[in-house]
Amino acid sequence: MQAPESQSLPHRDWIVSVSPHVKSNETVAKIMWTVVACLMPPLFLSVFIFGVQTLIITAVSVISCVAVEYVSQKALKRPVSIMDGSAVLTGVLMAFVIPPGVSIFLPVLGAVMAIYIAKHLFGGLGFNIFNPALMGRAFLLATFPVAMTSAWLAPVDGFAIFSYFASGVDAVSTATPLAVMKEQGMAKFVEMFGSGTSLYTSFFLGWRPGCIGETSGLLLVLGGAFLIYKKYITYHIPVSVLGSIAVFTWIFGGEGWFGGDPILAVVTGGAILGAFFMATDYVTGPSTKTGQVVYGIGIGALTVIIRLKGGYPEGICYAILLMNPLSSVIDGFFKPKRFAGPVGGAK
Amino acid sequence: MAQKFLPTLTAGLWKRIPPFRLVLGLCPSLAVTMSAENGLGMGVATGFVVMLSSGAISSMRNIIPAKVRIASYIVIIATLVSIVEILMKAYFFPLSEQLGIYIPLIVVNCIVLGRAEGFASKNPPFISMVDGLSVGTGYAISLTLIGSIREILGAGTWFGMPVFGEWFEPMSFLVTAPGAFVTIGTLLALQNLFSRWRGEKFIQG
Repeated sequence: MQAPESQSLPHRDWIVSVSPHVKSNETVAKIMWTVVACLMPPLFLSVFIFGVQTLIITAVSVISCVAVEYVSQKALKRPVSIMDGSAVLTGVLMAFVIPPGVSIFLPVLGAVMAIYIAKHLFGGLGFNIFNPALMGRAFLLATFPVAMTSAWLAPVDGFAIFSYFASGVDAVSTATPLAVMKEQGMAKFVEMFGSGTSLYTSFFLGWRPGCIGETSGLLLVLGGAFLIYKKYITYHIPVSVLGSIAVFTWIFGGEGWFGGDPILAVVTGGAILGAFFMATDYVTGPSTKTGQVVYGIGIGALTVIIRLKGGYPEGICYAILLMNPLSSVIDGFFKPKRFAGPVGGAK
Repeated sequence: MAQKFLPTLTAGLWKRIPPFRLVLGLCPSLAVTMSAENGLGMGVATGFVVMLSSGAISSMRNIIPAKVRIASYIVIIATLVSIVEILMKAYFFPLSEQLGIYIPLIVVNCIVLGRAEGFASKNPPFISMVDGLSVGTGYAISLTLIGSIREILGAGTWFGMPVFGEWFEPMSFLVTAPGAFVTIGTLLALQNLFSRWRGEKFIQG
């Protein structure tokens, strides 16, 4: 028997969602596009450091991610949401963690892995266990190990970029600071990149070989600070990741105990990019504050272990991927207390 | 008998093809299909064991007590696997070195036990051997296909012969274990897509 009220109501689909029923002006699209905007300054700087190549690779990566997102959503009969910016963000982040000298075929393959396999086959946005951009990078690193570990470009001095193009030289390949440190030792590192405060400054500003978007710590920190100011991310994950990388490198990184160089460990490699933009992904990270600190320390510790003892010079990509599936477990340990206990009082 | 012959002969090649339809025997499919040659060798060895064990078990199905049937099947299968192992060591030594422990492990391959339990224990010997032949051939075809895809894209060769020019950069991801998962998953998805498009009914088991 049908209730009489239901006939008087106009027909519409009622959506029942779980609490809290608090409305906000923030939408997925707004947050995603803001993060993309925060990543633009490092991208433009990379053009001055490495050349227009970086812009082309980023564009190819973004276009193929959006295309794969569209095709996946069509194929899996899901609503097409390419305008919400999440595929664009994945594309930008994936381009940021690949070397500037690779062929433009690589980001296309990486996009298929990142968007279709790592995101849509796991259920789409909000259900992916692993960070899609980092899955793309890990896939590319396993698929093309030679290109992904040798296609580094040497940074161009100042505004010499224009004369550099006129000279007709394609690129000057080199090695990343972490790879030099790992394979040839500290002495060679000092010989190639110098030492002291000027080294920290030039590395922090971004004038060093590395992946497309990871070099400029300054611009990444500014972008991250803007996201923290907008309350899109909190300081917990970035601070705990960078802090634990610094502390663990200081303890274990040198010849004896407490002999490592914490500042160098933070400004080289992808530590800052990973801490502010990769580890803070809502979907693949924990949502409790304590959980985020534990998660961040785990990422930092794994990064240092891979850097010092593992086979790769840089480890933050794998560190984040290894901590991703643990995030819900970590959240489970730090459940917030309920305001009202069970009937009869808490036991 | 005659009505059953053709469907049984073709079932293992599409409707029941392992490891895609009959999702059994995944372990060797993932582990040894680094190259087309390894896949073919493993598939033929398994197919040989499936066919002969189905025949032997079927002919003894009335005298094996039901309570100890699994143990009895294992004894028969283990005998056949030992024969295959010794034959491969004698005539295909490099291949048997490459396949290593996976040849003795055919004993616990679920396809062999699955066909024995699911088909040979209920049917007469000839049709059971036909079933074993068809499932074994299907397995050999699948493993060769998986191995070919992984070898061509992952190493740039097919049965050891280079297929691409100098420009080709091998995608070493496909030669690793995750590459095997992705290859098998993709092939399974394509087969399902094709079956759905043709409106086939899926036969499980």
